[in-house]
Amino acid sequence: MDGASVAERSLLTLQQLEHLILVLHRRGYEVIGPLVRDGAIVYDVVDRLSDLPAGWTDEQEAGRYRLQRRNDGALFGYVVGPQSWKKYLHPGEVRLLAAERHGQTLRILNNETTPPRRAFLGVRACELAAIAVQDRVLLGDRYRDSVYASRREGIFIVAVNCTQAAPTCFCTSMGTGPRVRSGYDLALTELVGPDKHEFVVEAGSEAGAEVSRELARATAAEDVCQQADAAVERAASQIKRRMDTTNIRELLYSNFDHPRWDNVAQRCLTCANCTMVCPTCFCTTVEDVSDITGTHAQRWRKWDSCFTQNFSYIHGGSVRSSGKSRYRQWMTHKLASWIDQFGSSGCVGCGRCISWCPVGIDITEEVRAIRESTTSSKESGHGNS
Amino acid sequence: MSSRVKRKPRIAVFKFASCDGCQLSLLDAEDELLAVAGAFDIAYFPEASSTMLRGPYEIGLVEGSITTYHDAQRIQEIRHQCKSLITIGACATAGGIQALRNWKDVDEFIRVVYATPRYIETLKLSTPIAEHVPVNFELRGCPINKHQLIELITATLAGRKPNLPTYSVCIECKRKSNVCIAVAQGVPCLGPVTQAGCGALCPSFNRGCYGCYGPMESPNTESLSSQFRILDQSNADITRAFRGFNAWAWQFRKASEESERA
Ligand code: SF4
Ligand code: SF4
Repeated sequence: MDGASVAERSLLTLQQLEHLILVLHRRGYEVIGPLVRDGAIVYDVVDRLSDLPAGWTDEQEAGRYRLQRRNDGALFGYVVGPQSWKKYLHPGEVRLLAAERHGQTLRILNNETTPPRRAFLGVRACELAAIAVQDRVLLGDRYRDSVYASRREGIFIVAVNCTQAAPTCFCTSMGTGPRVRSGYDLALTELVGPDKHEFVVEAGSEAGAEVSRELARATAAEDVCQQADAAVERAASQIKRRMDTTNIRELLYSNFDHPRWDNVAQRCLTCANCTMVCPTCFCTTVEDVSDITGTHAQRWRKWDSCFTQNFSYIHGGSVRSSGKSRYRQWMTHKLASWIDQFGSSGCVGCGRCISWCPVGIDITEEVRAIRESTTSSKESGHGNS
Repeated sequence: MSSRVKRKPRIAVFKFASCDGCQLSLLDAEDELLAVAGAFDIAYFPEASSTMLRGPYEIGLVEGSITTYHDAQRIQEIRHQCKSLITIGACATAGGIQALRNWKDVDEFIRVVYATPRYIETLKLSTPIAEHVPVNFELRGCPINKHQLIELITATLAGRKPNLPTYSVCIECKRKSNVCIAVAQGVPCLGPVTQAGCGALCPSFNRGCYGCYGPMESPNTESLSSQFRILDQSNADITRAFRGFNAWAWQFRKASEESERA
């Protein structure tokens, strides 16, 4: 199987996994992981293994998410929830600056406190891919985003191979999952059955190998490794949603006037949920606020979205005033111009925008509609919409 | 240099048909109230002070909707007195909850409710201030958010653009890391078509948005109504959902009338 040679893998019992959190704490990490809150599996600080969503899973379809009980005690038996690690690496609201005026002098106050060193527990393959996309966007150029950089640096990543998929997942189309490939310190595969609950663990970095040595005593036997691989294969075969990405750039660039954009605009609420939940969407706006005395000011950075009117506001008005132009901008950027700009797709196939769209708009379906009608019009001897 | 002491700008607060809740938001801004009093001459604010200085005023805050002949006259005079006229709240901006009468027979109400109907003189409609006079800014909400009010006053004083978003409540929810109750629980929520400003108050407490801040910048009420039907809401439920504090805002009005006809 890809990358992971059997010899590198060790086996952890449930008790040994408990130690993982302790070991990470001892190394000075704040551990962020999955937990059940407000009817969903969200990411927040976890102190012990019992904080994890043992025995819970998520049921997802377009515009719908429900927590469900599993008939086992799996810790990672859910897929992806409403939040992504962007919550920590590229936060929704962050204060960039504060200033005070004393008479004629202006004092810039010491800004952000340094974020804690964090370990992420339970990062999925598509999420690793999303982090890599944001790394490219926010760190990979001449202009590095210092807010992101300070949070990203020194993150310890415990990834999890998916052993089940949701109907909204399409990582296989985007080449990002369900097996993690790189960008992690440790990767777990959970094996849970009537009389066992164990984890195959592989190290992806020196730091990961050190932690792993502190935890595990046993190497994973070959049959256990095979079971782990089979479980991930099963997840892959569960994935039914597809996005055909063949020449997707050309497809979308040659279809700016496709009638499908009007069709989706009738359904789209321009509410921006898709962009907020997307683990790669990175746009922000900056707001300056001052107090009434004019002696204190703050500058905040907040998540923004191409679905707002203000986003494309230039002198005289909003360039993208219609919902149609906003949805088209979002999807065309995500799937096509992102490739020109950053050398990869902006979509990792996590399916969040599908589940969390209040009206269940499905990006894979929108691509299909454009592709199918374009192919048929080509067949009838006429190219562009 | 002039030796004249620079006069502090005058601010005035006027009330029309309303519950006073929005004015109270100003009094409720305890931390900032002294600063407001320091920066302005609170020239006319009957709810707070018996001092009543004559205009003109730099800022006039208007609460309430127009429901009587007398008020329709009064708002004209007030407009002349105020350099910047700012409406505060759903009543002043959209006609308020009392605009529910706009779909009913007001004369019948008067006959049924009042012992001596001939003493009652009222208009058939409850209408927002902007239907009567030009307005410089409309601050949304039922009631308004005191932080937004202070931001608006501060920005007006500083001559800068206020940070008052017109996008959906959903953006506030997501920035707060709220789990969407519409998607995760099937709760009908007006958040996607409602303007931000409350800090996503109701969804943060597991309730669907009631639309207190009125229609957002590009509300697709038709699509949300279809989704409400998927969430098992009847046409009557949908009509009721849009007939809240901002029932008379045209986008919500259209949505409620469409579901009523459906
Ligand atoms: S566009 Fe949708 S499926 Fe793709 S990464 Fe973003 S949220 Fe996930
Ligand atoms: S696609 Fe869905 S989530 Fe995105 S803006 Fe439109 S309605 Fe909102």
